[in-house]
Amino acid sequence: MHREGIYGLHEQFEDLAQQKESSLIGMWAFVAQEVLFFGGAFFTYAVYRFMYPEAFSYGSSLLDVRFGAFNTVVLLLSSFTVAMAVRAAQLNDKKQLVGFLLATLFFASTFMGIKYIEYSSKYEHHLIPGINFDGSHLDFDNPEKVELFMSIYFALTGLHGLHVLVGILILLWLIPVSIKGRFTSSYYFPVEIFGLYWHFVDIVWIFLFPLLYLIGVS
Amino acid sequence: MEHITPTRVYVLVLIALLFLTGVTVLAAKIDFGSHVINNIVAIAIAVTKATLVVLFFMHVYYSSPMVRFYAIAGAVWVFIFFVIGFTDYVFRGVIGIPGI
Repeated sequence: MHREGIYGLHEQFEDLAQQKESSLIGMWAFVAQEVLFFGGAFFTYAVYRFMYPEAFSYGSSLLDVRFGAFNTVVLLLSSFTVAMAVRAAQLNDKKQLVGFLLATLFFASTFMGIKYIEYSSKYEHHLIPGINFDGSHLDFDNPEKVELFMSIYFALTGLHGLHVLVGILILLWLIPVSIKGRFTSSYYFPVEIFGLYWHFVDIVWIFLFPLLYLIGVS
Repeated sequence: MEHITPTRVYVLVLIALLFLTGVTVLAAKIDFGSHVINNIVAIAIAVTKATLVVLFFMHVYYSSPMVRFYAIAGAVWVFIFFVIGFTDYVFRGVIGIPGI
């Protein structure tokens, strides 16, 4: 069971337990850094919403809650399948591991597909700042403030979408490696570390959904 | 060596997360009298969902103190960042700093 090399114990560690703890702490340090990175973007949102609350509510009403809610469900399901994939790896169940990773890939792709449909519709309605934003047909006095909301919407969802895309790329590496049977109950940290990344991406969306889609409903 | 979470826990957490997503959509449609209250409700639900993900999906509930420390560090620092940042933006006009 105890292999050495890339898919086993690395020589700088005493044992697998120490190696696992180091990988986890390293990944959590990265996640903490990501929290602060997105924190800056969320803070920008908060400051401008504090300054122009009506424009933000109006801008939010231009987004389709159904797409946002559907994508929230899709990402929550993908978080569940990743958690199950880690569990399958811990139990040495290769079939389940590959299956749950494929399910995650499916949900991640669905998320990007929905995002593509949403962005396309914003393009058709001339709502993309810097590309074709035209506020003259909007029922709002200060269309430039709505443009500001749309800029922040695209910055936040764009950064988040980029993270989903990176997750898809990592999955495209994890899946073939899993099929080859490289991950066992003694060496599965890459799956677990990817899981941490993916759950973080899910958490960002948990906050983005109400803050972007739901502030113009009531 | 490591803790293997039972499937039942993951399924329950997933159901709770989906349920809270429904609650947050419904709560946004209710007029609590002030946008501030709507906001607090939305953020409280999001924080609850994030906590469930961190504790169970990300295994922090079963992790070593060192991993927990790193997990909490990100949240603590972003909180400090928001408090100091907002102190600036909210009170700038109140004190009447010259040049603004």
